[in-house]
Amino acid sequence: MVEYEPVIGMEVHVELQTQSKMFCGCKVEFGGEPNTRCCPVCLGLPGSLPVVNKRAIELMTKTALALNCSIASQSIFHRKNYYYPDLPKNYQISQYDNPLGSNGYVEISAGGRHKKIAIRRVHMEEDAGKLLHQEGNKSHVDYNRSGVPLMEIVTMNPPPPGLDQIESAEEAREYLQRLRQILLYLGVSDVKMEEGSMRCEPNISIKPKGQVEFGTKTEIKNLNSFRAVYMGVEYELKRQEKVLRAGGRVVQETRRWDDSRSVTASMRSKEVEQEYRYFPEPDLVPMIFNDEWIDELHSTIPELPLEKINRFIESYSLPQADAEVLADTPELADFYDNCAKCSKDPKAVANWVTGEFLRLINATGTPVDATKLTPEHICSLLDLIDKGTINRNIAKTVFEEMFNSGKLPADIVKEKSLEQVTDTGAIEAAVDKVIAAHSAEVDRFRAGEEKLIGFFVGQVMRESKGKANPGVVNKLLKSKLAG
Amino acid sequence: MRLSKEDIESVAYLSRLELAEEEKEKLTGHINRLLDNFQMLQEIDTQDVEPTSHVIPVFNVFREDVARPSLPADEVISNGPQVDEHCFVVPKVVET
Ligand SMILES: [Zn+2]
Repeated sequence: MVEYEPVIGMEVHVELQTQSKMFCGCKVEFGGEPNTRCCPVCLGLPGSLPVVNKRAIELMTKTALALNCSIASQSIFHRKNYYYPDLPKNYQISQYDNPLGSNGYVEISAGGRHKKIAIRRVHMEEDAGKLLHQEGNKSHVDYNRSGVPLMEIVTMNPPPPGLDQIESAEEAREYLQRLRQILLYLGVSDVKMEEGSMRCEPNISIKPKGQVEFGTKTEIKNLNSFRAVYMGVEYELKRQEKVLRAGGRVVQETRRWDDSRSVTASMRSKEVEQEYRYFPEPDLVPMIFNDEWIDELHSTIPELPLEKINRFIESYSLPQADAEVLADTPELADFYDNCAKCSKDPKAVANWVTGEFLRLINATGTPVDATKLTPEHICSLLDLIDKGTINRNIAKTVFEEMFNSGKLPADIVKEKSLEQVTDTGAIEAAVDKVIAAHSAEVDRFRAGEEKLIGFFVGQVMRESKGKANPGVVNKLLKSKLAG
Repeated sequence: MRLSKEDIESVAYLSRLELAEEEKEKLTGHINRLLDNFQMLQEIDTQDVEPTSHVIPVFNVFREDVARPSLPADEVISNGPQVDEHCFVVPKVVET
């Protein structure tokens, strides 16, 4: 039986986080009343002239550099002509054969295999408006999004020597996650898939293994989460294989992912091949980039996720998995980094941050950069445990309390008198009380039911309101029960 | 290069123009005569001329990223042939 192999291309659009639109001064924002952020330029009114937003070009160049791209020394805008109601000018200002960035890569490691996914180009364009479909035969058009700076990032298939291509749904998802993480670190976009500030349209084909020529590809739209990207690509690969195995042929078309039914369905096929009639945008002059400017932008690129992960592993001796969790967002990475720097035990810090801290962050929906906790909180809590002032269980209570109130751990311990009881006399009294109150369990324990030790420890801890030193409790219980 | 009636039909479609049969015939002639005129440009020797997309020697015209007031929403939609709830109303189009 023929074996097939997939070829997956990713086209990703990202809205840049600027104050104003790409070619006019209208504000960039999500939501709001329709058509409240529009002007003659982004409405395409006659006589209006676009002017390039410098910040957008800087953010894009920074991104292209972080994606290991070469920056064109000279770049121009083109008009991409087509008719659609979300496009008021009947053309989109975009880039064609002269993109700002080209020939880069993104590193992934899905399934333990390290790969450098080749990027063909990174270019600048403007977003279109939004169509709000109504009952019946009408649509409403909102041009608030029209003209928002949009960056397009496209992978390269086949890749050039030394680089790789995406070959599975898992790799497609990781590519996108890594890309999103880099963009977050760069601070160029808020990259919210559910709000559409990051949109992904994979194109997919399969071919008999080893064959050089690509199969017919389909494009998937409406993928609004990483999960949808994974499932959509997976579904489409299986669907195409089924078509080919049944002796059919794959039709070149755009297919829409239906999240509720978990299938892709054909959108109406293009009756006429799109013909965009690209030509240089006469209203905008060429951009020339000198090395000095590029170097300056290069110097503003922060430590990127992979570098961060590797540094955490090397400097703090963290396992890969913990380092990955901590480097997930720049805010979390910075928080951990600052805590780790003030502590003698960065590994213990990592356990508390990936454990209790993230649990509380998620449970309360608090953004990491809005937490009341400081490195001082974390480090002095660890000190209290180290010195034996509190035990680990009480430490969890203290952690939650300081997370909620922002009080320092030592104050919480004092206020609630949570100091660990290590005084053998006091613990012995509690142990005696528990043994006396549970004679039946004592008999069962002595008859060989050793797992009951957990029950006794629990009772003694309860008796001491959780403050007893667990080591001392265990030791005393064992000697008295052996009695 | 001569344009055929089919070329004219395709260009008309791209421009969303509906042409009657006799208009197509007429415009095919017109456009071809226009193209003949442009043919004269081919006779110019451009051997030593750099290809260019812009004729004026101006580069890097940028604006600072500062938000400015937009048009009032009433004014935005004031030219719309059909409007509703501050939106332009258009026939539903299936995305291609
Ligand atoms: Zn505007």
